[in-house]
Amino acid sequence: MDKVVQKAIAKDKRWRAVYIACGLLIVALTLLMGAFLLYQGSQTFLKAHHSVWEFLFTSDWAPLDKTGMFGGKVGAAIYIVGSLETCLLGLLICLPFAIGSAVFMTEISPKIGEKFFRPATEIYVSIPSVVYGWFGLTKLVPIIRNAFHPKMGGFSVLAASIVLAIMIFPTITTVAADAIKSVPNSYREGAYGLGATRWQVIGKVVLPAASGGILTGVVLGLARAIGEALAVAMVIGMTRSFATSLLSPTSTLTSEIAADMGNTAQGGEYNLALWSMALLLFVISIVLIILIHKLDNGKKEK
Amino acid sequence: MSRAKIKDRLMTGIFYAIGWIMLAFLLYLMLTIIFDGLKGFQWDFLGAAGNGIFNQFFNTIYLVFLSLLVSVPIGIGAGVYLAEYAKEGKFLTIFEISIESLSSLPSIVIGLFGYLAFIMWTGMSWNILAGALTISILSIPLITTETNNAIRSLPVEYKEGSLSLGATKSETIRKVLIPAAMPQILTGVIMAAGRGFGEAAALLYTSGQSTYINWQNFWKVISPSSPLNPFRSGETLALHIWAMRTEGALNPSATQIANFTSAVLVVLALLFTLVTRRISDRMRKRNNGGN
Amino acid sequence: MMEDKITIKKLNLYYSDFHALHDINVHIQKNEITAFIGPSGCGKSSLLRSLNRMNDLVEGCRIDGSIKLDGTDIYNGDLDVTVLRQRVGMVFQRPNPFPMSVYDNVAYGPRIHGITEKKELDEIVETSLKQAAIWDDLKDRLKKSALGLSGGQQQRLCIARALAVKPEVLLMDEPTSALDPISTSKIEELALELKKNYTIVIVTHNMQQAVRISDKTGFFLLGDLVEFGETDQLFSMPKDERTEKYITGRFG
Repeated sequence: MDKVVQKAIAKDKRWRAVYIACGLLIVALTLLMGAFLLYQGSQTFLKAHHSVWEFLFTSDWAPLDKTGMFGGKVGAAIYIVGSLETCLLGLLICLPFAIGSAVFMTEISPKIGEKFFRPATEIYVSIPSVVYGWFGLTKLVPIIRNAFHPKMGGFSVLAASIVLAIMIFPTITTVAADAIKSVPNSYREGAYGLGATRWQVIGKVVLPAASGGILTGVVLGLARAIGEALAVAMVIGMTRSFATSLLSPTSTLTSEIAADMGNTAQGGEYNLALWSMALLLFVISIVLIILIHKLDNGKKEK
Repeated sequence: MSRAKIKDRLMTGIFYAIGWIMLAFLLYLMLTIIFDGLKGFQWDFLGAAGNGIFNQFFNTIYLVFLSLLVSVPIGIGAGVYLAEYAKEGKFLTIFEISIESLSSLPSIVIGLFGYLAFIMWTGMSWNILAGALTISILSIPLITTETNNAIRSLPVEYKEGSLSLGATKSETIRKVLIPAAMPQILTGVIMAAGRGFGEAAALLYTSGQSTYINWQNFWKVISPSSPLNPFRSGETLALHIWAMRTEGALNPSATQIANFTSAVLVVLALLFTLVTRRISDRMRKRNNGGN
Repeated sequence: MMEDKITIKKLNLYYSDFHALHDINVHIQKNEITAFIGPSGCGKSSLLRSLNRMNDLVEGCRIDGSIKLDGTDIYNGDLDVTVLRQRVGMVFQRPNPFPMSVYDNVAYGPRIHGITEKKELDEIVETSLKQAAIWDDLKDRLKKSALGLSGGQQQRLCIARALAVKPEVLLMDEPTSALDPISTSKIEELALELKKNYTIVIVTHNMQQAVRISDKTGFFLLGDLVEFGETDQLFSMPKDERTEKYITGRFG
């Protein structure tokens, strides 16, 4: 065979190996990440001999902060509850706006939707999360303080939820809008043909038909909210107690990690407990990601 | 008017209201952030000393640049793998879930992985390279997804044309498909860069929150104070805002500095969004315009 | 009797479960134009794409029987597929210039095959464009994007691009179906000119085109080669009733 051809074939094989290696690298990276976090996060239970029950369901948080010394308390329930309540409340605040906007930009005024709303959601996404946090800290917290005069100033579950709601707004809106757009026109025509008003078409036909896609958006938003760290940390107040009301401060998994990971002794009980919280975040996120994957596949099969 | 019609009017009004509220809110958000940034502006914010954020600005660009050096080749490679080499099956599913995981894991989790892998287990102190590697984990899925979409949306005739001339598959990919897909791949790269610019949580425990730069040492890369030394710690703009919050008590100008930094970041975010829009608009026109 | 350029023997082709071609036997002679005609879906394009193994790209496509190029089987590994495709060039239904300059389009093949010298490339580009009868149109815009050309120009550019790798056989898959009548007649003239140096196999849905330019014609129906022979004969005195029905426009 011709030398040029032989070289080309050999080169082809080498490039193929390079591309496949890139694919493998990504899988390896993800698995490695899981393995590292699993190893590091399980030390609280394996090395410091705390029970998973204690970690998840009790709220005595007094881990020892000295390398190799164990015997404190690692109940992380305050942080877990803090994360859950801010996320769910954020979602609750966000949903009417996100779905309303999605309907607005697709069904009510597609022109404004394409021209202004899509770029607007892209800008919402592109604003860094610390900037949202800073905005919450300098604008939102004072507003809450002046409106309700809570004891701890405006740092509160409410402030964190509103910041989260703004941050997940573009995610849910975009996914919901795409879902609504992909509802076949024949559905709408059928309903209009029966004399339904636009709202009836939207409420009874379009939204139910798009509900699967909207759900994907909600889960995506949830995934983003539960993992948001600095913006929440800036406005939540970071007190080590359960929130007694929407206006009282508390802590979340992410805010606690962000605040203390760098200040605790490596290998100490405190540090290990923080890694367990990171592992918990990782597990929650993976569960949500797999859920999204399932939802997406379900849609494809339909 | 019938009840159904009244309800229809009412709901239409509500949707309009929501839509306009969200548009107006964005405008308010951007204007207040930019306005606040300018209100407390002092000239020394632009410098490299004291209250200046020039060093942070440089760190951000340098860190994003380093991260792209890693994420662009790997991201494009993996995108090509996905578009041209991957076969249906278990591995493809695992690959897809991996990509989805990397792109939707909380950035603080990715940051902690970076902390574990590049700082704790290497025994180094905070450094820009560790930050850049961590950021590249965040950008790879973006670039991979865009590359995959870009190559898949090319007309199959490009590939056939090249193969029919006796080109191998990899020659076809390198010389025809990737160049033809470049505008869209570029969109992915810019999006990745934009994300890197605003990222803070992933850098908190990787690139560090301090900067000691001596600009005189610019080209002495091994000097610990050289701006180009990738093994020095380097705080980025986004992290600076976080740091100003905690250092507020020590520096009376902290709020103004953070306001100004926020304004800079918002303007940058706006710029990145406009540029990606421009490119994808132009691409759409080219594709629709046929010849 | 002249020697075959391509010999197709007992060829069967399957797409997964679908049996697309049944026991095809064709002899394609050097410096002739061989046309494949038949209603769409009859397998004529599948056969054409087997000749340079473009069917390899289709998942689930399977072939048995043999196709020989100058006596060498093109499927059993004696001949690398890239070499085969260099020797058997192809022009597609829709003009498909790459999104690069006119010059780079034509130089693409030679560069792939290891020619790097600028002067040599210049020469190849010029002769190929001349052979494709488009040099005069394009010589002043070699550096411009090929996507700006008209459809007919693009198709002739694609022919030039195929010629630049110095093939022996040129496969044309309905090369004029996307073109206007004037461009079509230019491509037909070109084909007649090119057959002096090349062996051409053309798939067409346009029977008049087959009559105008081809020496031999094969008529396909539902995966069978119904009739194969001299073009004049096939169109004036078809042996098979189905061929007659088709060429007189009674079905298809």
